[in-house]
Amino acid sequence: MKHFRHLAKPYILWSFLLIVIPLFMIVLYAFMGSGNAVLTFSFTLENLAKFIEPTYLSVFWKSIKLGVVTTAICLVFGYMLAYIISKMNERTQDMMILLVTVPMWINMLLRTYAWMNLLSDNGIVNSLLGLLGIEPIAMMYTDFSVIVGMVCNFLPFMIIPIHTSLHKMDKSLIEAAYDLGANRVQTFFKVIFKLSLPGVLNGIMMVFLMAISTFVIPKLLGGGQYVLIGNLIETQFVTVGDWNFGSAISLILAIIIILFMRVMKKIDPQEDKEG
Amino acid sequence: MNKLIELKNLTKNFEDQQVLKGINLDIHENEFLTLLGPSGCGKTTTLRIIAGFEEPSSGEVIFNGKDISKVPPYKREVNTVFQKYALFPHMNVYDNIAFGLNIKKMDKTVIKEKVNKMLKLVGLEGYEKRDVTLLSGGQQQRVAIARALINEPKVLLLDEPLGALDAKMRKEMQGELKKIQKEVGITFVFVTHDQEEALSMSDTVVVMNDGEIQQIGSPIDIYNEPENRFVAGFIGESNIIEGVMIKDYLVEFDGVHFECVDRGFEDHEPVEVVLRPEDLDIVEPEKASITGTVTSVTFKGVHYEIMVETEMRTYMVQTTDYAEPGRKVGLSFGPEDIHVMCKMGNY
Amino acid sequence: MKRKNGIFAKIYVGICFAFFYLPILVMMIFSFNDSKSLSNFTGFSLQWYEELFENYEVIQAVIVSVTIAILATVISTVLGTMTAIGLSKSRKFLRDYLLNVNNFPILNPEIVTAISVMLLFSSLRIPKGYVTMLLAHIMFCTPYVITSVYPKVKSLDPSLANAAMDLGATPVQALMKVIVPMIRQGIFAGALLAFTMSFDDFVISYFATGNGVKNISIVVYNMTKRMNPTINALSTIVITVIALVVFFVNIIPSIKKGRVKEQHV
Repeated sequence: MKHFRHLAKPYILWSFLLIVIPLFMIVLYAFMGSGNAVLTFSFTLENLAKFIEPTYLSVFWKSIKLGVVTTAICLVFGYMLAYIISKMNERTQDMMILLVTVPMWINMLLRTYAWMNLLSDNGIVNSLLGLLGIEPIAMMYTDFSVIVGMVCNFLPFMIIPIHTSLHKMDKSLIEAAYDLGANRVQTFFKVIFKLSLPGVLNGIMMVFLMAISTFVIPKLLGGGQYVLIGNLIETQFVTVGDWNFGSAISLILAIIIILFMRVMKKIDPQEDKEG
Repeated sequence: MNKLIELKNLTKNFEDQQVLKGINLDIHENEFLTLLGPSGCGKTTTLRIIAGFEEPSSGEVIFNGKDISKVPPYKREVNTVFQKYALFPHMNVYDNIAFGLNIKKMDKTVIKEKVNKMLKLVGLEGYEKRDVTLLSGGQQQRVAIARALINEPKVLLLDEPLGALDAKMRKEMQGELKKIQKEVGITFVFVTHDQEEALSMSDTVVVMNDGEIQQIGSPIDIYNEPENRFVAGFIGESNIIEGVMIKDYLVEFDGVHFECVDRGFEDHEPVEVVLRPEDLDIVEPEKASITGTVTSVTFKGVHYEIMVETEMRTYMVQTTDYAEPGRKVGLSFGPEDIHVMCKMGNY
Repeated sequence: MKRKNGIFAKIYVGICFAFFYLPILVMMIFSFNDSKSLSNFTGFSLQWYEELFENYEVIQAVIVSVTIAILATVISTVLGTMTAIGLSKSRKFLRDYLLNVNNFPILNPEIVTAISVMLLFSSLRIPKGYVTMLLAHIMFCTPYVITSVYPKVKSLDPSLANAAMDLGATPVQALMKVIVPMIRQGIFAGALLAFTMSFDDFVISYFATGNGVKNISIVVYNMTKRMNPTINALSTIVITVIALVVFFVNIIPSIKKGRVKEQHV
């Protein structure tokens, strides 16, 4: 009934005030000369240009590099787990997926903090290594600890979509491949993996997005000196106070992500069919 | 019979499309009226305007003498049986039927009594606690009818209610609906695209096409005296032949003059003539003024459908007599079998 | 032609779940340690919990987290449900626009969303604190409610609302007695999502608050600068609460389903 149309009206106003305008503010600040007042707007490209300075550019590359590594690790290990789960019986599958989901609901900050207990110099991993006669290894505040933290936090986001597409796959297609003479390896790469591609792309998209924009994990597990894009943005707002540069980086980050999602959608064979 | 609803010059536009092009219709008390037409003819839109789900773009809906075209559906004394029943899946049979009375905050014991009466009327006693989603199509249909009738509407609107049922169930429900209508004694406005359904159940049939009413009449009138080619073609199967009305009671077609029972046309007015296949008989060639050759015979159960090719056209004949293909035959029919209609534009 | 998982597959699954759960488990165990050590469990004690409950800042943060989560859940569930129902009847242009806007807080990196609202509040000179944090939480929770309710609304038979009104229900009654009960699963899922998102949130709260108003995550973040077993205790409580909520919400319906099946048999 048309009566119900009015129910969407409050949100039209709300979303304009709290979603559209704030995002517009980022753009505004990114192109604005120093100063925080909207009234004294003066157009400049300085903030964006500052990003090309080597110090900042290296932060950018480091973030991309860690994002790619994390995504790759998540893809390999996540696919294996999703594949194994998809071969279990229905009841066990539900249980397993619930077990994968529960950590997603738990505060990321707390889960990251839990790793600090484990990886610190006098933590439980090093003391176990000590029992084996191995010297303590400095694991905290390295690329290793950051990647472990990211993989642990983001892996479920890879497993769930891959499992979904493996689960709904028509099992007779696999039988057909065997029937037509494909061996297990051929069947996997030519049929199963191809059919699960939408889930894979979805997983890659989510993990990569979270990995390049996080600032909690590098801060906790990488230490104060460890800077990724997220940390760079945080420091601009919290310590340095250069909101314009901070907005410029956020804008660049948002644009990279939009481009990345576009590319992913292009690759997805299902999107083609719909379009 | 008293007029209950009057539709006056009703039009309805969706975007830039005109679905109703000026509907004028009177609906009387205790009448079983059917809106019949092909899909997209505007019959459902007309029903939805009477129910109040759509507002007409122009025109009036007069109910008991008052214009109700701006009155919301929940204040109208009409109830609807929806195409796919629209039963509330989160309620059982009892709660579905009691919905309208619960909304009116009626006394619980009164509601119980009325629901039981309704269940009896539609033959679903003992089904109170059943989950509506687990009922068969016919049973859901009965719940939908009971749910509407319990509110004691002046008019019950039915939007292709039998469309989702299988052939056997349909037949059964047709009889049932007619019986229920007699029993409660209110007006039923029924929408269908099935001509057989319309003819067998209705007091009045309204044939619609392309947003316009083509003909209003009793089933017998509609069948025997179609007013135009569309009605003739839509209701039953027919041979439609172009001809000329020579004068009252005399029509010419296929080069022959025939006596007929029609009058009131202008002399030498071009007309169209309907010959129902079941009104035609196969006779020896010398006994008829139209002759031809049998080209095909199809067995249809009760009768044969025989195609006879004459010099001018092919006639369809439905008869219980067999005639083998290739045989020369004559076609015979009486003056009362010839139905003369006004000639129409593009049908 | 279903190949069974071999022993290696089972071990692999075990390792993966250990990877997810072991750190949390270790943290929980060491929250009961009677020393500050993170590697030696020297004895059972509740001293870190005692310390926690004597910490005024922590108690305040718990109150902030819980009240904000409840308020944000209620408001965003009502707002999101209304919007989802309204959208299904709106014009295509408006619907597409709003669903796109709605996707921003879900797809954008949290930090971008966080600084966007911070810039808004600062530019409007709204003093940051409890109210701004609440507004920000409603802002990022509502889209999740809409995404879980909207598909349910879309799958409804459009005649149902008409049927209710035909039977005498006013639009409001049709909404409350027919539409809402039928989409209640979506509403419930959305509310649960909103509650945990709000309760767990750190990044957006961190930027949207000020004047000493902190939620649990912010307190933990400030405390992590040095190792502190009271965080273990606090984390243990928070994780247990969330895990139990999620677990029961997922388990109870499947148990019920099982029971219903048995009854039918």
